[in-house]
Amino acid sequence: MASRRVNQDLPVIARFEVRHRNYLAPDGSIQRPLPSFASDSRLLTELYRSMVLLRLFDRKAVALQRTGRLGTYAVSLGQEAVSVGIASAMRKEDVLLPSYRDNGALLWRGVKLEEILLFWGGDERGNRFSGPVHDFPFCVPVGSQAPHAAGVAYALKLRKQPRVAVCLFGDGATSKGDVYEAMNFAGVHKLPLVFVVANNQWAISVPLRQQTACETLAQKAIAAGFIGEQVDGSDVVAMRAASEEAIAAARDGNGPRFIEAVTYRLGDHTTSDDAARYRSAEEVQAHWKEEPIARLRAYLVAQKMWSKADEEQLATECHARVEAAAERYLATAPRRPETMFDHLYADLPEAYAAQRRELAGEPDA
Amino acid sequence: MPEATLVEAINLALARAMQDDPDVVVLGEDVGVNGGVFRATAGLQKRFGTERVLDTPLAELLISGLCVGMAAQGLKPVGEIQFMGFIYPCLDQLVNHASRLRNRTQGRLTCPMVLRTPHGAGIRAPEHHSESTEAMLAHIPGLRVVMPSSPERAYGLLLAAIRDPDPVVFLEPTRLYRAAKGEVEDNGEALPLDAAFVLREGRDLTLISWGAMLKETMAAAEALSAEGIAAEVIDLATLKPYDEDTVLGSVAKTGRCVIVHEAARTGGFGAEIAATIAERRLSSLLAPVTRVTGYDTVVPMARLEQYYMPSVERVMTAARRVCQFG
Repeated sequence: MASRRVNQDLPVIARFEVRHRNYLAPDGSIQRPLPSFASDSRLLTELYRSMVLLRLFDRKAVALQRTGRLGTYAVSLGQEAVSVGIASAMRKEDVLLPSYRDNGALLWRGVKLEEILLFWGGDERGNRFSGPVHDFPFCVPVGSQAPHAAGVAYALKLRKQPRVAVCLFGDGATSKGDVYEAMNFAGVHKLPLVFVVANNQWAISVPLRQQTACETLAQKAIAAGFIGEQVDGSDVVAMRAASEEAIAAARDGNGPRFIEAVTYRLGDHTTSDDAARYRSAEEVQAHWKEEPIARLRAYLVAQKMWSKADEEQLATECHARVEAAAERYLATAPRRPETMFDHLYADLPEAYAAQRRELAGEPDA
Repeated sequence: MPEATLVEAINLALARAMQDDPDVVVLGEDVGVNGGVFRATAGLQKRFGTERVLDTPLAELLISGLCVGMAAQGLKPVGEIQFMGFIYPCLDQLVNHASRLRNRTQGRLTCPMVLRTPHGAGIRAPEHHSESTEAMLAHIPGLRVVMPSSPERAYGLLLAAIRDPDPVVFLEPTRLYRAAKGEVEDNGEALPLDAAFVLREGRDLTLISWGAMLKETMAAAEALSAEGIAAEVIDLATLKPYDEDTVLGSVAKTGRCVIVHEAARTGGFGAEIAATIAERRLSSLLAPVTRVTGYDTVVPMARLEQYYMPSVERVMTAARRVCQFG
C-alpha cells in the first residue's frame, strides 16, 4: 500500500501474493474458464438443492424460535455457498470442525434436520448426530475449535491416514489468538488441515474494518507459512473449486491451506439480534444482488440444467422435508432431568452419583 | 526397589505409558531435546521419536487445544505447561471443551487427555512461577484434578491419569520434584484416582493436605506426637472427585480436623472439605474445622514466599487450638 512508507534503499527479502477466485458473476454469467465439474449437472443441482433446503430450513427454524419452540438460532442467509461448498468437497472420513453457523456443512455430511433443531432447541442429544461419528459439534466459543482442528490433523498425520481436517469459522474469529496459534502450528507441521473463514463482513455489530487493518483475511495464512486464497464465497462454483484444491493438497501431504470466503450475512447475527441497529437497509439490499442461490440458479437455467418445473418440485420437496423434520423435533421425548449427569465422565464418580439420585428423586445409597 | 525423586518417577511413568500404548503422545514447550525445564520428559524424545514427543510452539492455549483435538481422535495426549502461572490461557479449553466434550456430544466424542503442570511455591522462582490455583480447576465439572505428594504416588497416579478415559489435570509439587525421594517400582501399576491416602493413623485429630504441603503436615504430626497428640494425616491426592468417605470416616473417628493448603484461603479447596464435613459429620465434631492456608494475597516473590506458605509451626498451632477447644 502506498501509504506504508518504506525505505527503498533496503533490499526486499520476501514477497507474497494473494489470489482471488471467482467464476460466476452475481447475475450467473461466466467470468473465467470454469472448472471441469461445472458441466456436471448432477453435482451442481445437488449443490443448488442443498442451499435451497438450508434456506427453507433456516426460515422454519426462525419461525419455531419466534413461536417459542426453539432457542436462539443462527441463520446462514446469504452465505449458504460457503458451508455447502466446502462440505461438498470433503470425504466422509475427513473431519469437520464447524462454527455455530455451519448448518449447511452438517446437513451435507448427513446430520438430520431434526438433530440440528434439537441442538438449537437446547438438547445435547442434537450433538450425538447421524453425521460422521468423528465430526465435531457446533462450536459456540468463537475460534476455539481451531486448536482442536490442529490436534485432529496432527493425529491424522501421526497415523499416516489420508484424511483431512476442515475447520470453519467467521471473520471475527480471525482476531483471536486461538485461530492464529492453530494456523501457526499447522504450518510448522505441514498438517492436513484446511481453514475456511466465512468473511460475512460482520461480527455481530462490528464490521470487518474494525477487526483488522489487513486488505484480505487470506493473507493471514502468509504469516503462518502457507497459502491463503480469497474466494467469492457467494459463488458456490468457486467455493467448491477452491475447497477441492485445498483439500486435495492437504491430503497429498502439502500442508494446510486457508480459504477466505468473501460473502455477506443478509440476516441478523442470530434470532436474538437486530441488525438494523448497526447497518443500513441500503447496504443489505445491495448485497441481496450477490446472493448465492439466485446466482447459481441463473447459471443452471442458462445452461439448461434447471427448469421452472424443477424449481417447483424442489420447493415442494424441501417444504415437506423441513415440515416433517420439525414435527419429529417437536415430538422428541424430553430427557429425564437426571440424565444431565450422563456422559459427564465415563463412569460417574460416587460423589456426583448422589446428586444424580437426588435429582431423580431416588433414595440416597 | 530403586530409589527415585518425584520428577524421576514422573519420567518413569511417562516412559512406561508411552511404551505400553502407542496412542500416548507427549507435547509441550521444551519437552523434546531439552527434556522439559524440570527434565520430567528427559530421554523420551530420543526413545519414542519426535512425532510422539513433540516440542510445540510457545503457546499454552494451543497445547491444551491440541490435546482436545488429539484426544477426540483417540490419541492419549499428555500436555505439559511449564508452570502453573502459565495455565490460565488453557482455561477456556479446559472449561469449554475438554471437560464437556463427552457430555455435550452425549458420549460420541471423548477427551482422554492429561495436562501436567508444576504446582506451588518454594523454589525461589521468578514472578508467576509459584501458583497454587487448584481450586479453580476443581470447580470444573467433568475434569479430574490430581496432585501427588511422593514419588511412588506420582508414578501410580500419573499412570492412572493417562489411562483414564476423561481429562485429568495433573499438578506436580515443584518443591518436591527433587526434594522427595522414595522407592518406586516401575511395574506399570496404577493407583486409584478416587482414593485418598492415609499416611499416618491417629485418634486425636485429622490433618488433611495435598501436594507439597504434606511435607509440613507430616512434620507437624511428628512433632505433635511428642506432645501426646496423635494426628491422622490424609493425603487427598485427588481433589476432583475427592474421596469424601476417607475424610468423613477419619473425622468421625477423631472429631477434629485441620486442613492445610498452600493456596489462598478464600474459595480454596479447604472450604469445600470443611463444608462437606459440616453438612455430613457435624455431630461428630468436637471442635470447629480449621484451615491453615496461604494468605489472601498475591503469592509473593522469592524474598517473602516462606512467610506466605503454611509453616510446621502454623500447622501445630492450629492443631493444638483444635485439640484444646471446648
